[in-house]
Amino acid sequence: MTRIIVVTSGKGGVGKTTTSAAIAMGFAQKGHKTAVIDFDVGLRNLDLIMGCERRVVYDIVNVIFGEATLNQALIRDKHCEQLYILPASQTRDKDALSQEGVGQILEELAAKDFEYVVCDSPAGIEKGAHLAMYFADDAFVVTNPEVASVRDSDRMLGILSSKSRRAEQGLEPIKEYLLLTRYSPERVKIGEMLSVEDVQDILSLHLLGVIPESKSVLTASNSGMPVILDEKSDAGQAYADIVARYLGEDKPHRFIEEKKGLFGKFFGSK
Amino acid sequence: MSLLDYFKITKANSTATIAKERLQILVAHERSFKNQPSYLPQLQKELLQVIQKYVNVGQDAISVNFEQDEHQETLEVNIVLPEKSR
Repeated sequence: MTRIIVVTSGKGGVGKTTTSAAIAMGFAQKGHKTAVIDFDVGLRNLDLIMGCERRVVYDIVNVIFGEATLNQALIRDKHCEQLYILPASQTRDKDALSQEGVGQILEELAAKDFEYVVCDSPAGIEKGAHLAMYFADDAFVVTNPEVASVRDSDRMLGILSSKSRRAEQGLEPIKEYLLLTRYSPERVKIGEMLSVEDVQDILSLHLLGVIPESKSVLTASNSGMPVILDEKSDAGQAYADIVARYLGEDKPHRFIEEKKGLFGKFFGSK
Repeated sequence: MSLLDYFKITKANSTATIAKERLQILVAHERSFKNQPSYLPQLQKELLQVIQKYVNVGQDAISVNFEQDEHQETLEVNIVLPEKSR
């Protein structure tokens, strides 16, 4: 069975592509045959985050228009042979994607025994975002602890529950998970940032994991390595936890509490 | 009480608290529109046109509200007539 996961948020710049790259790599590292698809036609960036930008020959629009086969367009990842990337088109209009075309690609991936297909949604609620979520079984809602991001996530939840294939066909609804990114426990503690509980109170979502604000996200993207490969980094470990938790492993939540320095250890309350 | 607990006292009026309160109000408001049928604005416009044929009412004289609970859906139409037409 193929499980289709959409990584979505509504708002831009919250970490959808970083998350898509990291979790797709995480599934593949655990031995699951995984494809990650960039739906941001016209503004593709997943290839850059995955470090395969120079190996892009064909893209998703070429496949939909019959100009290339799916096999020709899929790029095998250089770090993990279970992982394949389907890039977005950089030159076409975003309306080049069609529901039938995307549906056919997903069916073909299922026929090729892919276990997980990660759909990296563009920002906004237009066609690319709609098609990224339409066929999904699960939704990873990437949210920053910030008012605009939380509001847009709530809007996205409404769309997931009314405009998806599962909603239209009256099937079991998409399973929705919260991924809280760019979290800073230090700022939460002094009341400068919404806490995990605050965001959960508002969105009423199952928390899959918290990704701390981390320098390693930028350094990973600089070098075209999904941050999960940086096993020493806090963000890399947080994504590894998320993958494990999603696959059913019991991993306690980390990175929610402030790291206590020497000062905290001596003078802290706990 | 440690030195760090000092910060917890100020939490009640912190910007995070303000953010949460604003979001709770906004999200509740926006969710209430989520299930409304899409024909409501057009319905309101056409009703207003019909009423204006008979009574001289302004643009704000009519409000159309849609409410939904487990048992029923209610469409509430409220028309405010001008004083002198009584």
